[in-house]
Amino acid sequence: MRGPERFLRRFGAGVAAAALGLSFVGADEARRTERRSGFDDMSRETQAMQRDDTANPGMLWVQEGEALWNRKEGTAARACAECHGDAAASMRGVAARHPAFDPATEQPIGLEGRINRCRQVHQGADAFAWESQDLLAVTVFVAHQSRGMPVAAEDPRLAPFRENGRRLFGERLGQLDLSCAQCHDDNAGKRLAGSVVPQGHPTGYPLYRLEWQGLGSLQRRLRNCMAGVRSEPHAYGSAALVELELFLMSRAGGMALEAPAVRP
Amino acid sequence: MALALLLGASATPPGAVAEAGLRPYVVEGDAIPAPLTGTPGDAGRGRAVVADRQRGLCLLCHAGPLPEERFQGTLAPDLAGAGARWSEGQLRLRLVDGRRLNPDTIMPSYYRVDGLTRVGPGWRGKPVLTAEEIEDVVAFLATLRD
Repeated sequence: MRGPERFLRRFGAGVAAAALGLSFVGADEARRTERRSGFDDMSRETQAMQRDDTANPGMLWVQEGEALWNRKEGTAARACAECHGDAAASMRGVAARHPAFDPATEQPIGLEGRINRCRQVHQGADAFAWESQDLLAVTVFVAHQSRGMPVAAEDPRLAPFRENGRRLFGERLGQLDLSCAQCHDDNAGKRLAGSVVPQGHPTGYPLYRLEWQGLGSLQRRLRNCMAGVRSEPHAYGSAALVELELFLMSRAGGMALEAPAVRP
Repeated sequence: MALALLLGASATPPGAVAEAGLRPYVVEGDAIPAPLTGTPGDAGRGRAVVADRQRGLCLLCHAGPLPEERFQGTLAPDLAGAGARWSEGQLRLRLVDGRRLNPDTIMPSYYRVDGLTRVGPGWRGKPVLTAEEIEDVVAFLATLRD
């Protein structure tokens, strides 16, 4: 899987489809079976914006996150860097394996939750509010250290939570009575109004959305979709959203992380 | 008690559907032959509902012969010719509760409030379209003969 995906990212869908055609896989069949990042369905301009760190607006949050990483916080007056050192080494691969198993609670914990736990326990600081600029900045700074690494959220201790995430992915919600799977499994690649329905692989979060004019988390994106089918979105940090994240990461297993991605 | 049950049963024809707050209707085969309202639908108003991405939502998934509307969907069949493919009664059931015909369809049930999960507070107890809007859309779709 990883070979073709990297190929797709580098050379674009058309060339990749042609290459698959040579190995006697029809282009339609390839579209149904190959996992694609939302990156592959973006315009050339938006792809270029993500690729170029001087044009990618998400890099502003990465810089802000680096400043927070080095700032003394809380009653302990301790910076993240004082324990974790150089993030380029210590945080490499961390985002690729979250949500991870948290032995203290025996539950899955996402990257944002982990950062807030660390603030409270080791810095004596208050948790950042969900979706606050500070939490997004530290999260994207950490996630950026895993850019290009394969998603590997496969801890077997999380199996029951992953299964619940899978169930939630298939659950019909809201006045429009639609599940995630009905669009992102069964109808990915077709157009909802003008937009290609992506397969829904969370490889780029936190990411910069042109529609948001800002950085946002995967949970924000999940809540957007839930509001879109006219359901009551699950709360930030709820078990349901963490389990959905966990299932989506395992579904994207092996795909390359892109944080901070840019999306339309 | 037995008499009331008998009367109730005799007053309710097979295929009758009645949800709280919604007008009752009768399903016959794959159609709802009788309109939901006493007044006939208006095709012009129906066209506006179909084009409205907050009300009808139709063009999010369907393409249709509304040339001024850009960014039409490709998730569902083109609406062109719908009036030739289906009778008004068949169109009405497909709008009201198409999941009776195909439980796996992505077509929402536009006139149904029961059996839904976690409906948002602003939408609870309300169908996607009113009975009048359903009749207007049926009238418009019936004009799409080519």
